[in-house]
Amino acid sequence: MPSKPAKPTKPTKPTDRIDVRKTYKLFVGGAFPRSESGRSYEVADRKGNFVANAAMASRKDARDAVTAARKSFAGWSAATAYNRGQVLYRVAELLEGRRSQFVDEVALGEGVSRSRADGIVDAAVDRWVWYAGWSDKVSQVAGSANQVAGPYFDFSVPEPTGVVAALAPQDSSLLGLVSVVAPAIVTGNTVVVLASEERPLPAVTLSEVLATSDVPGGVVNVLTGRTAEVAPWLASHMDVNAIDLVGAADGDVVDLQVAAADNLKRVVRVEPASATDWAATPDLTRLRAYLETKTVWHPIGV
Amino acid sequence: MTTTAPPPVASSLTGLDVPGITASDASLRRFLHGLPGVDQVGAEARAASLSTRSIKASAKAWAIDLAISMIDLTTLEGQDTPGKVRALCAKAMRPDPAVPETPRVAAICVYPDMVPVAVDALHGSGVKVASVATAFPSGRASIEVKLADVRDAVAAGADEIDMVIDRGAFLSGRYLEVFDEIVATKAACGDAHLKVILETGELVTYDNVRRASWLGMLAGGDFIKTSTGKIAPAATLPVTLVMLEAVRDFRATTGRQVGVKPAGGIRTTKDAIKYLVLVNETVGDDWLDPDWFRLGASSLLNDLLMQRTKMTTGRYSGPDYFTLD
Amino acid sequence: MPAKKFEYAPAPESRAILDLQSSYGLFIDGRFVDTDGGRMFKTVSPASEEVLAEITEASAADVDKAVAAARRAYDKVWAKMPARERGKYLFRIARIVQERARELAVLESLDNGKPIRESRDVDIPLVAAWFFHYAGWADKLEYAGFSTASSGPPKPLGVAGQVIPWNFPLLMLAWKIAPALACGNTVVLKPAETTPLTALLFAEICQQADLPPGVVNIVTGAGDTGRALVEHPGVDKVAFTGSTEVGKMIARSTAGTSKKVTLELGGKAANIVFEDAPVDQAVEGIVNGIFFNQGHVCCAGSRLLVQESAYDEVMGSLKRRLGTLRLGDPLDKNTDIGAINSAEQLARIRELSAVGESEGAERWSPPCEIPDKGFWFPPTVFTGVSQAHRIAREEIFGPVLSVLTFRTPQEAVEKANNTPYGLSAGVWTDKGSRILWMANQLRAGVVWANTFNRFDPASPFGGYKESGYGREGGRHGLEAYLAV
Repeated sequence: MPSKPAKPTKPTKPTDRIDVRKTYKLFVGGAFPRSESGRSYEVADRKGNFVANAAMASRKDARDAVTAARKSFAGWSAATAYNRGQVLYRVAELLEGRRSQFVDEVALGEGVSRSRADGIVDAAVDRWVWYAGWSDKVSQVAGSANQVAGPYFDFSVPEPTGVVAALAPQDSSLLGLVSVVAPAIVTGNTVVVLASEERPLPAVTLSEVLATSDVPGGVVNVLTGRTAEVAPWLASHMDVNAIDLVGAADGDVVDLQVAAADNLKRVVRVEPASATDWAATPDLTRLRAYLETKTVWHPIGV
Repeated sequence: MTTTAPPPVASSLTGLDVPGITASDASLRRFLHGLPGVDQVGAEARAASLSTRSIKASAKAWAIDLAISMIDLTTLEGQDTPGKVRALCAKAMRPDPAVPETPRVAAICVYPDMVPVAVDALHGSGVKVASVATAFPSGRASIEVKLADVRDAVAAGADEIDMVIDRGAFLSGRYLEVFDEIVATKAACGDAHLKVILETGELVTYDNVRRASWLGMLAGGDFIKTSTGKIAPAATLPVTLVMLEAVRDFRATTGRQVGVKPAGGIRTTKDAIKYLVLVNETVGDDWLDPDWFRLGASSLLNDLLMQRTKMTTGRYSGPDYFTLD
Repeated sequence: MPAKKFEYAPAPESRAILDLQSSYGLFIDGRFVDTDGGRMFKTVSPASEEVLAEITEASAADVDKAVAAARRAYDKVWAKMPARERGKYLFRIARIVQERARELAVLESLDNGKPIRESRDVDIPLVAAWFFHYAGWADKLEYAGFSTASSGPPKPLGVAGQVIPWNFPLLMLAWKIAPALACGNTVVLKPAETTPLTALLFAEICQQADLPPGVVNIVTGAGDTGRALVEHPGVDKVAFTGSTEVGKMIARSTAGTSKKVTLELGGKAANIVFEDAPVDQAVEGIVNGIFFNQGHVCCAGSRLLVQESAYDEVMGSLKRRLGTLRLGDPLDKNTDIGAINSAEQLARIRELSAVGESEGAERWSPPCEIPDKGFWFPPTVFTGVSQAHRIAREEIFGPVLSVLTFRTPQEAVEKANNTPYGLSAGVWTDKGSRILWMANQLRAGVVWANTFNRFDPASPFGGYKESGYGREGGRHGLEAYLAV
């Protein structure tokens, strides 16, 4: 696939070809709408140069995204683990195929060298693969057959908690994003993710990968915009079951957590957010955070 | 007693189309398998929970006397003799010679050849004579032999016949055969009451117990009885619970009341009271009567008498103070 | 023969086994101590309104002392002790609970109002089982699946602040203390205001077991004491069982702190009966589901969903069965339904039942004699209930059953899941594949199929959605008390 630099280039000669630039939109329910608010905001590189306009999601976009995520939950959570594993693996395949575009966007957005960005994209691809493999193993690691003191067959299985809202890390725009989305969806949750505010482009491009992979529409919904504006609506939304606050500003965490208590959302907090080494192999914290344990009893008799 | 049972002619039951149900093995099977299932663990848990009832003081005294009056005092041994049977009959009529107001038992239960002895010994006492029949305990004989066995006992004066069902036929799904045999036996009984022994220890599952109970009732049995006493397990609380539920539901459906008799393995007052609690809380007062509930037992009687003495004297008694027959 | 009715004579369990004091202090640092500025309150028997003892309402200063004692014990003793030895203390406690089981059962029934049959046969045996189960975990935590080669064995959190409800006073204490201690934490536990006595007796058991001072601290009191404990900065872990309302307050008050929080909250469980159910056992399950412990059970099967085709049969059997329930003296061994725990709870049950009637549901109770003194509510069934009725949505926490109907499995699931709660559910059917399908579809932490209200220390228990988070029981229950 030809590499297309994300950074806008200016024609030097009148005869030069003019780039066809990308419109960076939201990704909701498998479609690419602009913000219903009609707003957008400028995305700059680390040096402050204009790169693109990104859609600036409103609370209503967040609401629509939650609706889409809820709608897709029944189907996605009912898919076989093998199927979900393959879908995640397919995302890795497509991401690999479009790697140069991601390298460009990561280098630009995170202000790192192309070779460093290359390593980050490698890690992001590998993270999809790592989580893809968990799909049909997590119940064996997190579930159990329980030896109760009576004639009952008793087992516990992990199940997805539902709709997960994720405030993606602000610094790690691709690897961090993948690291918060993949563990939620691999077990059957659906996600509304609010991309890194200043570095949203890899998230939008990732949504294009998701749209062309086998991820059903609505399973991952990607919003770009102001974290402080949208996050409270996700935190207080009564149809969101869990929230990852890793991308929240330190000063906002308490308020968001308080809002999340309205329907007792499962909350993932990392303190401080900057402490997370996204390059390290993750532990099971995020997988477990979005799992409910269901215990089933049945008598054993003839 | 609240109801007088209508003549147990199977086809005359209200609320059930007995001729339709028994038109074929298939239709009978459909009916019996359409009865609600029994969850083993749940049924056993319920029986166990009822057995924790604590029966004290006046309630216990009442229950002991009721239990004595419900006993089918039984001897079913190859070594039975007229002497043994006569001794047992004496015990049946006067369980505790020292305390004449002790109630008498409900019946004596013997083999057919001992019926004349028992009839003679019990004459005028009100204690009934029950006889096992139909090639008891296995039931493995031709229908002619089994019916002859029944007629013989009835002719000798038996008031009650305890028949065994053909478990082989039942377990292999030949329900109609079992049904017809019970109907024929009932006819052979004439005026004698028919107790249908299911031999629940061989039926194994509670689902089978429930189906066999209904089969016995549909065919005209006056009582359904758990066991011959020759197969372990004999009577258990959960089996009796399932049978009590069956007679309860059968009466609700047809209006006809059928009795229940657990037999075998009931040895202590504590056991007996557990059965009475089970009756009380499953089917209620209507069955708390020797006409509708019997305890097939032998050694139980002395334990009841010992406990009865303890209740009246306030001290524990010992086996030397009760007759062994 | 006497009259043909089997009337059970009273069979009261003796209170002689108890050695009740007239007043109790707080159990801090291994000793019973007087309060620092707190006042006293009375705990009564809900069956008679008899005052049982004066109890200390722990002040913020008392809570402070208890947390400090727990911290000292954690730093100096408990965290340093080999895990195997920690486990042996728990085994010891399990054994003493068994030895003093009858005493504990009588005290529980007296203070709580629950039938002795339940405290004797369910609560106290489970308490011993819980300690026995977690005792064995103490030196096996590295096998629990929460650690990796790089992370090393899992570490305890420190001091656990635990607040428990009045419905299963000692059992909830065991659910909280056993895993906390097994994982190496020390605890400050606040029993419910109306049921402090078995927790105080448990303190004595800790003394008998020679548990190092400060490892377990019991602070009695009401909401303020609980708040002081939950919000105490020296607490590393908060575990709460109680109402969803208070659970949300705790989630808010701990926001932004590093406290690990687990919440086991309310429920409005559907108990779903299909036409092919084993009817007699299903009826027992319905009765056990809602009338066990007077319905003071967060996972109670308070919404009965009956398939329309089986409605008459099930309701007929259920009503007949309810006629045999025996309501009365909790200490009588034949009592099935004891007293409502408090006047406040009774008022709430009455209020919601009145709402049920005013909303047009049909109310039914079996004939049932209510004692003159104490707090009582007869077993009550509401029929003609729809999802829109408040009694079908709100947790009543009493012996009140709302009956709804359904036609298809899909409809049953839809109605069962149509609640902000998600603690438990029941399914009754003889069809195996349907059980598994239903178990899959129900959004609840515990699904009882062809049984109800079963508990075991090896079996994880806890809710979805607003029924809280975290699990108690088994390997899963360790997570709440480990830094993982």
